[in-house]
Amino acid sequence: MTSFRIDGGTLIDRNDVRRFTFNGEVLTGFGGDTVASSLLANGKQLVGRSFKYHRPRGILTAGAAEPNALLTIGRDGRRDPNTRATMAELFDGLEARSQNCWPNVNFDIGAANGLLGPLLGAGFYYKTFMWPAAFWEKVYEPLIRKAAGLGRASYDPDPGYYEKCWAHCDLLVIGAGPAGLAAALTAGRAGVRVIIADEGVQLGGGLIAEGSPVGGKPADAVLADIIGELHALSNVEIKKRTTVFAAYDDQVFGAVERVQKHLPEGEINPHRAMERLWRIVARQVVLATGAEERPIVFGGNDRPGVMMAGAMRTYLNAYGVAPGKRVALFANNSQAYQTALDLEVRGIEVAAIIDPRTCPNIDYDGKARLIAGAMVRDTAGRKAIKSITVRHDDGRDEVIAVDALGVSGGYSPIVHLACHRGGKPVWSDAHVGFMPPENTDGMTPCGAVAGKAGIADCFADGGVAAVKALAELGVMGEAASLPGVEQTAETVDHIQPVWHVASTKGKAFVDFQNDVAASDITLAMREGYDHVELAKRYTTNGMATDQGKTSNVNAIGILAENKGVSPGEIGTTTFRPFYTPVSFGALVGASKGMDFQPVRKSPLHGWAGRNGAKFVETGLWYRSSWFPKDGETFWRDSVDREVNTVRTKVGICDVSTLGKIEIFGADAAEFLNRVYCNAFLKLPVGKARYGIMLREDGFVYDDGTTSCLGGNHYFMTTTTALAAGVLTHLEFCAQVLWPELDVRLASATDQWAQMAIAGPRSREVLSKIIDDDISNEAFPFLAAREVSMFGGRLKGRLFRISFSGELAYEIAVPAGYGESVADAVMAAGEEFGITPYGTETLGVMRIEKGHVTHAEINGTVTPADLGMGRMVSAKKDDFIGRVMNLREGLVDPDRPALVGIKPKSPSDKFATGSHILNPGEDVSLANDQGYVTSMCHSPTLGHAIGLALVKNGPKRHGEEVVIWNGLAGTTVTGILCNPAFVDPENEKLHA
Amino acid sequence: MSSLVKCPHCGLRPREEFTIRGEVATPRPDAGADEALWFDHVYLRDNPRGEHREYWHHSGGCRRWLVLTRNTLTHETSDVVDASTLKLGERA
Repeated sequence: MTSFRIDGGTLIDRNDVRRFTFNGEVLTGFGGDTVASSLLANGKQLVGRSFKYHRPRGILTAGAAEPNALLTIGRDGRRDPNTRATMAELFDGLEARSQNCWPNVNFDIGAANGLLGPLLGAGFYYKTFMWPAAFWEKVYEPLIRKAAGLGRASYDPDPGYYEKCWAHCDLLVIGAGPAGLAAALTAGRAGVRVIIADEGVQLGGGLIAEGSPVGGKPADAVLADIIGELHALSNVEIKKRTTVFAAYDDQVFGAVERVQKHLPEGEINPHRAMERLWRIVARQVVLATGAEERPIVFGGNDRPGVMMAGAMRTYLNAYGVAPGKRVALFANNSQAYQTALDLEVRGIEVAAIIDPRTCPNIDYDGKARLIAGAMVRDTAGRKAIKSITVRHDDGRDEVIAVDALGVSGGYSPIVHLACHRGGKPVWSDAHVGFMPPENTDGMTPCGAVAGKAGIADCFADGGVAAVKALAELGVMGEAASLPGVEQTAETVDHIQPVWHVASTKGKAFVDFQNDVAASDITLAMREGYDHVELAKRYTTNGMATDQGKTSNVNAIGILAENKGVSPGEIGTTTFRPFYTPVSFGALVGASKGMDFQPVRKSPLHGWAGRNGAKFVETGLWYRSSWFPKDGETFWRDSVDREVNTVRTKVGICDVSTLGKIEIFGADAAEFLNRVYCNAFLKLPVGKARYGIMLREDGFVYDDGTTSCLGGNHYFMTTTTALAAGVLTHLEFCAQVLWPELDVRLASATDQWAQMAIAGPRSREVLSKIIDDDISNEAFPFLAAREVSMFGGRLKGRLFRISFSGELAYEIAVPAGYGESVADAVMAAGEEFGITPYGTETLGVMRIEKGHVTHAEINGTVTPADLGMGRMVSAKKDDFIGRVMNLREGLVDPDRPALVGIKPKSPSDKFATGSHILNPGEDVSLANDQGYVTSMCHSPTLGHAIGLALVKNGPKRHGEEVVIWNGLAGTTVTGILCNPAFVDPENEKLHA
Repeated sequence: MSSLVKCPHCGLRPREEFTIRGEVATPRPDAGADEALWFDHVYLRDNPRGEHREYWHHSGGCRRWLVLTRNTLTHETSDVVDASTLKLGERA
């Protein structure tokens, strides 16, 4: 271990030595270290290269706002790019790599970009790459992509498991620094349900880095007492490593908990989430998110070794890491002096404190030389800081040799969560910062986010905030207090705003991560982009992954200073979720791979699988599409055989996926009469009827059959695709349009296994398993009723309906009996040569018969377009779609209407989607006559057939047309014909 | 957009359980009503900045249609009732 690791460190365990690699070099750290603290302990100040200019960069902060130290951590599927080294916990075997440098972080060719600096200023995207336009794709973009960018995502799947959860509480405390801890203690003692969440590994916030005693006791002992009491309160739930990243409406908060990201591969429990995405519903919220220390914008302020003064204190006190051996501080406020004292206590030389205030109103009694009224204007050193140049108030420059510089430009309250719902932060001259909005309904800011400073003041404020929140909940509370701490009058530090050091030499960075310098912001102003939202986008300030946590307020200050107004007049850009980046893994949760969406399997799925079905995904369903037999290598071999078998013998097909809706009620018939365009009022018990449902705008919505099973009991089937849509539509009609009707609806899609048995031998097959008489006389076409099966052992519902055009039945049995019944049908049909058939055969047979599906019911057709104009009742007073269906454009006789189409030469083929043209006319959509909606090879006819929507189609049977495939650039001569290619007289149907 | 919706039948439930249909249209006209009334009912919808009455379906819950009064600017939901009350007049 190097000499940068010194004594102390409340978070680290020196007995727990951990090995890790940084750019391949093996280093060690301790349990409790972050990657950042262990790099600093190893003397690694240079950790990466900047985004645009590839400048050497070091670790700036000790927390969530880190703009520079972004590393790629892990390997293969567990590789996380852009990980903030300040947030990543060190574990044994961790692999970390620098980003955005080639060939390596110490020698980076891209640093030549620094020489091109003048070309890469504000708005360079807009200026440089404007012309010539052709250069964009071939030259500029590849160049930018190569030169810039952050870490690369892994192509390997993440083996980790992620999950999403809900949590509910009376009071959510966000942040567990002194204010948050006091709030949680106060509310916890009052007995309400509390969740306290903090992004850190340990509760404590500012208390962790506190070097001085609190109330006469060491700070870490005070903290341990508080944490001990919180753990003992069963009504307090502590969420560590949990970042609350968003405030949504209705007091719902998004949070991500890093559950196992800090564990080495071997210790990861695969059944436990890597990260957990929480949605927390809170009745009241205490916002104790603290404040972010601001950098100061001066020349060379990005050199490795320049660090936030508060971060130095954290590394020193929490991790036992010295930021350097000879340190200077540059601060415009008094809190930073505490860092100087803590450094001196640990024996680190503080070379100077540079304070722009001429009369720093503080009682500092340390050894360091205090240079008042001065600024740091420049730094020197190639890959790490070697010296600073101080401009004294008399204009004199002095170079001071240092190996680290602590900076503090004031504090920006972390107001994000108070602003996510649209509230605008309010500028405070006293605090030199933007404070939370005044009206934060249900949320009480306290501590540093409310402008308080120091452990005692923040703790006291947290207690007060909790009492206020408890009162909103109707609970009395007493504010927790720190033992031994006397509450003194609040002191407000006099901070002198320094937005930009005027005497700056060289580049002075505002946004470290996006490489935005002060000169870029003034350039944007000169070019007219002086509105804060425009300046942001023109310069990209605040648009990096850190979302400007350390840069936004300085940019606003520079804009204000240059315009001669208050930062309050400039205002902030909009705060939106997420506060810090959230991994895709956490957002996706368990919804990946096979769990991406639910799988719906028909009750006959297993039966189909045993019979060799090939399945196809339709929506969430897996439907059997064809059943290949030995020797059949091509899907159409199977489909042709299945069609021929059904047409000449018998087949069985799973139709369980059709939507099924049970309809009950005294007004059920009246209800059906209003939702279908054809008449349903007088459908007798024991009968099924085909129905067409319109949308209110007059177009066809869906079709299906509805059977009357009893006086007030109907059973509707819908298409598979619109099963959910039709139920929702019917519920709207029943509840909103006609709530006065007595009708009840229930989906029964999953409760029934339904199979079609089709073909000339179907009656013979079913007669073997159905007890009732199902002869043509006893059970004619469109009969529908409950039947007894297997000698009374089972009841099923039998429907004599046909999609194939053959003599056909559909039998429905309770889902659990589906496979047994299908097996029984197969056994009964064996002597007749029965075949199972799938959706492909179903499709071929319905095209051969001229039956429509959603290929034709495509949202643009009326019943008349489909040749079913006469079904639309002229007698009914009212039904959905009646009035709009009569509109001029919908009754135009020239509308495209359903027609069959076949090639003139039987060997020709054509494609669905092809357009129909008149022979002799130019091949152009200007001459469009219609288009092919469905097409298949008809094994019954031995050639291609199709259905089409063609202008005046029904009157043009026999006419020769051109079938134009615009995509393939081919034409075929076709003939329009009757869409019922097979059995147009319906003789088979009624057999 | 609300994150939680207070269904009058099920209580406070997450937004994901609901499906939004859009603005509450004018009442469905009689079959013989003027064509303009029908156009209003079928097609015309407002898109106000402020209070908006919308049909929400508790599709992942009780499957009742609700009328939600929501402020499109502040996302505040001031009222949720069962949609049948539009016509029947009494609170469900």
